[in-house]
Amino acid sequence: MSKIHMHIDGQEVTAGEGMTVLEAAQSAGIFIPTLCHHEKLEPFGGCRICIVEVESRGTTRLVVSCVYPAEENLVVRTRTEKVNKIRKTLLELLLAHAPDSPQLREMALEYGANKDRFEKEASFCIHCGLCVRYCAEVKKKNAVGFVDRGIRKEISFIPELASKECSNCKECFPLCPTSYLQAAFVLTESLAFPGASS
Amino acid sequence: MPRLKSPGEVTKFRQEILSKRDTNTPCISVCVGTGCLASGASEVLAAFKTGIEKQGLTAEVDTKGTGCPGFCERGPVVVIYPEEICYLQVKPGDVPEIITRTIKEKKVVDRLLYVDPNTGEKVTHESEIPFYKHQKRNVIGNNIKIDSQSIDDYLAVGGYSALVKALTQMTDEQVLAEVKKSNLRGRGGGGFPAGRKWEGSRNAPEKIKYVLVNADEGDPGAFMDRALLEGNPHSVLEGLIIGAYAVGAHQGYVYVRQEYPLAVKNINLAIRQAEEYGFLGENILGTGFDFTVKVHKGAGAFVCGESTALMTALEGRVGEPRPKYIRSNIRGLWNRPTVLNNVETWANVPLIINNGADWFTRLGTEGSKGTKIFSLVGKITNTGLVEVPMGITLKDIIYKIGGGIPGGKKFKAVQTGGPSGGCIPGELLDLPVDFDELDKAGSMMGSGGMIVMDEDTCMVDVARYFIHFLTDESCGKCLPCREGLRQMDRILTHITEGKGKEGDIELLEELSETAIEASLCALGKTAPNPFLSTIRYFRDEYDAHIKDKRCPALSCKALISYYIDPGKCRACMICLKKCPVEAIDGGKKKIHIINQEKCTRCGTCIEVCPTRFNAVKKISGEPVPSPIPEQERFIEKKVKKNE
Amino acid sequence: MDSDRIEQIIDRHQGEPGSLIQILLDIQGENHWLPREALERVGERLQVPISRIQHIATFYKAFSLVPKGRHEVHICMGTACHVRGARRILDTAQDLTGIKPGETDLEMKFSLETVNCLGCCALGPVMEIDGKTHGKLSPAGTLDVLKSYE
Repeated sequence: MSKIHMHIDGQEVTAGEGMTVLEAAQSAGIFIPTLCHHEKLEPFGGCRICIVEVESRGTTRLVVSCVYPAEENLVVRTRTEKVNKIRKTLLELLLAHAPDSPQLREMALEYGANKDRFEKEASFCIHCGLCVRYCAEVKKKNAVGFVDRGIRKEISFIPELASKECSNCKECFPLCPTSYLQAAFVLTESLAFPGASS
Repeated sequence: MPRLKSPGEVTKFRQEILSKRDTNTPCISVCVGTGCLASGASEVLAAFKTGIEKQGLTAEVDTKGTGCPGFCERGPVVVIYPEEICYLQVKPGDVPEIITRTIKEKKVVDRLLYVDPNTGEKVTHESEIPFYKHQKRNVIGNNIKIDSQSIDDYLAVGGYSALVKALTQMTDEQVLAEVKKSNLRGRGGGGFPAGRKWEGSRNAPEKIKYVLVNADEGDPGAFMDRALLEGNPHSVLEGLIIGAYAVGAHQGYVYVRQEYPLAVKNINLAIRQAEEYGFLGENILGTGFDFTVKVHKGAGAFVCGESTALMTALEGRVGEPRPKYIRSNIRGLWNRPTVLNNVETWANVPLIINNGADWFTRLGTEGSKGTKIFSLVGKITNTGLVEVPMGITLKDIIYKIGGGIPGGKKFKAVQTGGPSGGCIPGELLDLPVDFDELDKAGSMMGSGGMIVMDEDTCMVDVARYFIHFLTDESCGKCLPCREGLRQMDRILTHITEGKGKEGDIELLEELSETAIEASLCALGKTAPNPFLSTIRYFRDEYDAHIKDKRCPALSCKALISYYIDPGKCRACMICLKKCPVEAIDGGKKKIHIINQEKCTRCGTCIEVCPTRFNAVKKISGEPVPSPIPEQERFIEKKVKKNE
Repeated sequence: MDSDRIEQIIDRHQGEPGSLIQILLDIQGENHWLPREALERVGERLQVPISRIQHIATFYKAFSLVPKGRHEVHICMGTACHVRGARRILDTAQDLTGIKPGETDLEMKFSLETVNCLGCCALGPVMEIDGKTHGKLSPAGTLDVLKSYE
């Protein structure tokens, strides 16, 4: 299996074939923040927090490291002024939904993100998709999924499936950065499970 | 109909068709594209058919429903051949007169002709009408000449001769080389060189490859692809088969939006006809080349016009785009090499093969060769589809072809490129239409939608409109697009409602930068363009909204008031009766006053006030004048001179 | 919609990978909405989890998960119509019917939807009711057209 030689933050990194930049960085102990990434799941590329600057073949551009393939002679910079600025704005957009999320607050401190920059939103789901993807890819039960699109996109439990599968599982609960998942589950359970209060 | 099994059989069959047709035979062509149908074209066509039959002329006169010739403002459009007499806004009631005077007596029905608004002159022949005179209708020109549901008509105008040439006189490499040499750039919005895209797929090691027609045409205001697919579906099909041959693909898909039922019907019919005649299927024309095509309908999602989202939709999933780090011409549909091109791009291919790349490059600019079809819509006199050589100026399109702005209003901006594009102001009207020039001006060519705006259009509202459109159409997967647009929509809406504040513009610019740099796909990356271009050229309007709470175009409902000028009101009671919320106080001979608390700013009063009075005004940024005292509201009778 | 018809529609597309959306479009076209049982049956036959079908049925605007009114009113909000005043047409329609886009009134008379471009830009602003296009509308004209429907 051929090796790929790159530079990340000045450090020489050797990546395996088929690795993403994020995987390469993690294998070398270099930290890149993530929100929607999970080692058991296919890369999602939704939160864009793992965005980094890469330079190759004379051009410099920003790419999302969890999906960008490692490349020979790639130069990666995980913290630049632009990268920091974008991460800050992304966090502020998320904090409008979930200002109390411990994970978001920790990152907010690091990047100087202001949780009151934007008007508060009603839903504290941040669309990382960890719950939906875990249930589909790891448990293969598909008891929770997305509905709709754009700004109306939400997660939704399938009441018939959730009532059968979730009480013995709930493995997705600790994955949720905002606890919206638990709230959505409780709501579905009390209103929509077969035999629920009508 | 037995399958045509060799180029010789095609030539013979074509000659047979032509020998049965006489170019001097009168032919009545009635446009039955969706636009004209909505104006009653099918009744006009039916009237012609029954009328001709009643006169016993069915054997001597052809009557056909044809594809869209583009002059949509004046539909239903009827062209009588061979004289090429063009009648506009034809109604079923006009048909008997046309049959008698034009078909039988060979005379012209004057009142149905085009009238030049400047000279008052009538124009008889289609090609002399200013709308058409300045166009170069290489691709869409055949629409009015053929029955869109007849493959024989397509063969009669030379259809499928390019396919025969490509399959039997050229190698697949030669076809690719010719398309590369022509520098044909994608007509769907990206402007990527088609030949290079084809080459990438051709060279990819995976054996199974696909070619796709993107007929999703989601840009609001753009309907070029609809007209092509409805009006001349075989031209698109022929280009697709040639492309498949060059790339080495044996399976193709046409992805059509379901909002175009006639296009879906006609392309399905065209495919069945092409299979029947032997232009599709196994061993096409005995060359050993196999190729089949299927039609997939869109289900109402603008994002599926994005190439990777379209492929995801073809796989039966939600239209979520994929990152372009791995190019889809290498790994696309089902992870296989896929060439996706726009309807108009494919329709250009038979022309390039038949006439050669050199012919194609003779038209256009250095970087943009050939012609482009635009849908010229909005505040323009001649709304419709225009095909022009690249390099023509925006001014010529809008004024020479489009006939300028109606109602004596002033031009303000022309928006190109749909929700990914920008607004170009009056100072830049000499800009040549060219992929790179439009990019430099802060807009883009896009699929060809060209929306003309006048002094009554609020540019802040235009930005808000496009951002709002995308909040609904965004797939919602990535954060910068979904959340960035959510916030931009909110801020822009506040501004149009008079709630804008200091710092809003800077925040919008920051969100724009985030979306451009970090979005997953082109929808997100180009979403800020309408905002960025309007801020660049119309900053004063933003400032007026934010600082003065004033809408200079008198358009934003929350910032305008309707006011009846007591000096002009003649108390005719028309607006009073029509007001849907009974907000107008007054009576016969008593000057009307609008109750500002009740007024919903619907605009009915200004619309119905007789033009000779012109008493209703819109005001913005200033308080409504206090009502005149009661006793002054009564209009005295005019004293007659000799009393 | 009877279950035989649903089976027939699924059979017509059998074997085609990626036929899910086309099947749902055919059901929507005939039935004017997608009942839950239809979605479950499609999921069973195509081996697709119901959560994915639910996402598809809500992602794509051609589908309706609830029954529609007698008259489907589509108001074009494309850019060309917008510039010619489509917003006022929508407001008028909302005021008269009492419903917003995506909704159906209580008497099941009107279902209101906005669409992004019907391709009749020369006739803008445009409203399509039961497949019939009404063009060159004004707020007053819109009221007249809607009142003419039973």
